[in-house]
Amino acid sequence: MSGEESLLAKTGLQFFGRMSASVTHEIKNVLAIINENAGLLEDIVLMAEKGLDISSERLQRLARTVNAQVGRADAVVKMMNHFSHSIDHFVEPVDLTKVAEDVCDLFDRLLQMRGVTLETITPPAPVVVTASRYYLQNLLWCCLNWATIARSDKRTISLAPEKMDNGVRVRLVGLADLDKDTFDLFPSPQEDALLAALGARLDFSVAGGEIIISFLRES
Amino acid sequence: MSEKVLLVDDEKEFLEIMSERMKARDMEVTTATSAQQALEIIEKESFDAIILDFQMPGMDGMDALKAIKAKKPELQIILLTGYATVEKGVEAMKIGATDFIEKPADLEVLAEKIKSAKAEKMLIVEKQTEGKVKNILKKYGF
Repeated sequence: MSGEESLLAKTGLQFFGRMSASVTHEIKNVLAIINENAGLLEDIVLMAEKGLDISSERLQRLARTVNAQVGRADAVVKMMNHFSHSIDHFVEPVDLTKVAEDVCDLFDRLLQMRGVTLETITPPAPVVVTASRYYLQNLLWCCLNWATIARSDKRTISLAPEKMDNGVRVRLVGLADLDKDTFDLFPSPQEDALLAALGARLDFSVAGGEIIISFLRES
Repeated sequence: MSEKVLLVDDEKEFLEIMSERMKARDMEVTTATSAQQALEIIEKESFDAIILDFQMPGMDGMDALKAIKAKKPELQIILLTGYATVEKGVEAMKIGATDFIEKPADLEVLAEKIKSAKAEKMLIVEKQTEGKVKNILKKYGF
């Protein structure tokens, strides 16, 4: 395995670990709420055994909460399952809008911790490229992680997939006020390995607060 | 005497149900949905224990733990987390956490930890009072 392949494997594995940890944390939160509801139900049964009146409305509210949390956990598991399947094919037609929407869900909790809301700007028509969905998600995470790690102010970052005359691109918009000097350290060898694997290029505009990932057609 | 507890978690539904169950066990419960809100509350009120979620938007549990300990060193903090690793637990205890419990938590276990935390806090406060009394006596030449 070459040095670049080894770095790519390490980066990919770290990314999978990070996402798994975030998703399992979310599931734990859901389990904690369901657990407390079950505990409350036990408390209510004990009260009923002591002859206290139990309101059916209270029980219905409990059932609604559990149902809502089951729905929440189901959505999280579906998201993780979809993400896990992104490694099935290393090269496939990838709809950039769908990837942007997927990462908005996948990175949501991690970015929320840093005060960031991630959104997708939907283009008028599908923007498709043949590449690795997994590596693209990994690269988007690297960019967003790097751009948000040292800040905690509330803001929105947008992902804008676009067609160009000579290919397609995703713009990460809303990164204004980034420290100019930090761009000296970006992209790191990690992002370079992902860019090489994707056949993509990365540009950024400090003044415009943008990172642009482009897939150019070979002329 | 009931335990006075501050429960801090960004999951509102968790806060509601947990506090309802704790109140049913004669605990006096105040809730906060962020570390920042918790810091504001402890400025005005005293608690026997703080149950603090480890991962929250804005200031996370570890930073919140440091900030609370800096303001009120006598406060007993039990960290509640979705992911308990030995490494994180050791780090938290070094900073000053009283205990560490993993979600989903057993309320009876948590209640025991709160009781121990209250006893520990009473000891610290007693020592602080003793120290203050000694200083006063020294000042007046006794």
